[in-house]
Amino acid sequence: MSTNNRYQTKFEALLANKQGAFVPFVTIGDPNAELSFEIIKSLIDGGADALELGIPFSDPVADGPVIQKANIRALKANSNTDVCFEILKKVREYNKDIPIGLLLYSNLIFARGLDKFYLDAKQAGVDSVLVADIPLHESKLFRASAKMAGIDPIFIATPNANNDTLKTCASYGRGYTYLLSRAGVTGTDTQAVMPATSIISKLNEYHAAPSLLGFGISTPEHVKSALDSGAAGAISGSAVVKIIEDNLAEPITMLSELKDFTQKMKAATL
Amino acid sequence: MTSFNNNTDNKPGYFGQFGGMFVPELLVPALKQLEQEFNDAQKDPEFQAEFTALLSEYAGRPTPLTLTRNMVKNPKVKLYLKREDLLHGGAHKTNQVLGQALLTKRMGKTEVIAETGAGQHGVATALACALLGLKCKVYMGAKDIERQQPNVFRMKLMGAEVIPVTAGSGTLKDAVNEALRDWSANYDKAHYLLGTAAGPHPFPTMVREFQKMIGEEAKVQILETEGRLPDVVIACVGGGSNAIGMFNDFIEDESVKLIGVEPAGKGLDSKEHGATLCKGTKGLLHGAYTYIMQDDFGQIEESYSVSAGLDYPAVGPQHAHLHETGRAQYVGIEDDEALDAFQTLAKNEGIIPALESSHALAYALKYAEQQTQETILVVNLSGRGDKDLAHVQTVLAEKGAK
Repeated sequence: MSTNNRYQTKFEALLANKQGAFVPFVTIGDPNAELSFEIIKSLIDGGADALELGIPFSDPVADGPVIQKANIRALKANSNTDVCFEILKKVREYNKDIPIGLLLYSNLIFARGLDKFYLDAKQAGVDSVLVADIPLHESKLFRASAKMAGIDPIFIATPNANNDTLKTCASYGRGYTYLLSRAGVTGTDTQAVMPATSIISKLNEYHAAPSLLGFGISTPEHVKSALDSGAAGAISGSAVVKIIEDNLAEPITMLSELKDFTQKMKAATL
Repeated sequence: MTSFNNNTDNKPGYFGQFGGMFVPELLVPALKQLEQEFNDAQKDPEFQAEFTALLSEYAGRPTPLTLTRNMVKNPKVKLYLKREDLLHGGAHKTNQVLGQALLTKRMGKTEVIAETGAGQHGVATALACALLGLKCKVYMGAKDIERQQPNVFRMKLMGAEVIPVTAGSGTLKDAVNEALRDWSANYDKAHYLLGTAAGPHPFPTMVREFQKMIGEEAKVQILETEGRLPDVVIACVGGGSNAIGMFNDFIEDESVKLIGVEPAGKGLDSKEHGATLCKGTKGLLHGAYTYIMQDDFGQIEESYSVSAGLDYPAVGPQHAHLHETGRAQYVGIEDDEALDAFQTLAKNEGIIPALESSHALAYALKYAEQQTQETILVVNLSGRGDKDLAHVQTVLAEKGAK
């Protein structure tokens, strides 16, 4: 486990104040490098407890249409892993304490070299990495590189997982546990339906890192019910990215709406 | 050096260092269920009997092995064609689709999701679903829908829903992405009927096992006719299912040279090709560690080929392994060479091949010219060219106009 863990500090503080965590997701470099930094700042200013950030990929198979388009916009604006790390460094300078998680696809890590990727991420101020297309049983090398670099590896607890899988998920994961509210890909078309209570109590029994519920979280009510089911917080991706998509021509409106949205979602955790 | 499969691990689903199951956790239970059902079915005589019966009584196996009469000018060379073009559905695809459709029923699932490039896999899936009473959804790139209209109509006639994919380049890669997305929401009731020997475990192994009768039959047939093994076996490689089906039974016969022919498009030195093993690098795409076409940052590059069925920026992991170990050799054939072979076979032998298979044929014709010893070649004529007629007509008209 990495020392001076920002997730641990954050979760302890939230617990002490009887709050849940609200964690927005955006794709880094969407719609371009400059605006992307401003977007991430507005999420922090709006009161995000942690950030979940994507490095754009050409073939995001776990993502629905909204985040697919974000990936395409970022790549068209010449975003790449180097550009993303530069933006991440600026974000880390802007806020020293907020936990930052990366969510991306395995080939981006492989192409850079596993050790180099995790070391570069650490240097850019990243706390955790979730690899969308690396399941637990293929994760050995990724976990080894993450450990070496002092990065928390994040794993997904799925609604169809059996107890053995949840146990492995609990033992491999650090920082937080990404809890899936439902099957399918990211997006707000299908809302969170899972009463996640039973999975969360299993995860607690196996001493997993705190759970953040994701997929289909787009309203303050979703955040509330995530917390009610026992999750430590909620992650909202497509709903946030949709605000970017809807305001591409009006960056000032975009930034203020992102901040408003974050505030409203955060308010639901109080 | 990164290795996902150390000797000590020896995980199932790996071919040397290649393969694996690199998918979101959500899909793992569905893939493990499939692996289990497949392994059980392989040992179940009833399943095997049903599969074999469908292959012979419905699909028309065994397919003939035809000695070409006029096409090869070198008197020292005999060129045989394994006639998968004569299989019901018009291509080798029908073999493994029947196997997977039977597995779908065995798993108690009622729906099938598939992707298709040239449309041959979509057609095969549609016919198997019509036959076995399964609901069928086929994802197909918008660009491929344009160049493969007859196959789109065939699928619809047989009751399949064809869903155009406009994301990315609108070809096979994007159709696979979309099928995977659909499956991750519907794995409870739907089977993802992957069309080639690529993707996550158990697909590369399962598809090979459901295609290996191609090579087994060809071996028996050539031994009957010639009394000896062929010198060279040649097949085209996109994802690699017809090639692995043809190669599999010859892998242990070290005297038999195995050649996989990749689409070199407008040239191996151009950016427009799909020759993953000739020009690609190692990486992770669509569930497997294999050779892929990518940039320095790991973004997947769009492949190109005149033939939709070979237009794919990855390749089955067993081919990556055969390439790495040198057991098989992989070469490129350009669009123009394939188009020439397409016409040559039609004019000389009265057979119109698929553009995909024309790549294998084009290499065989080049190879034949260079031989000074008695040589027996077997080409897997993996499909027939009806689906390509309109497209080839357009391409040739454009060439004529230049």
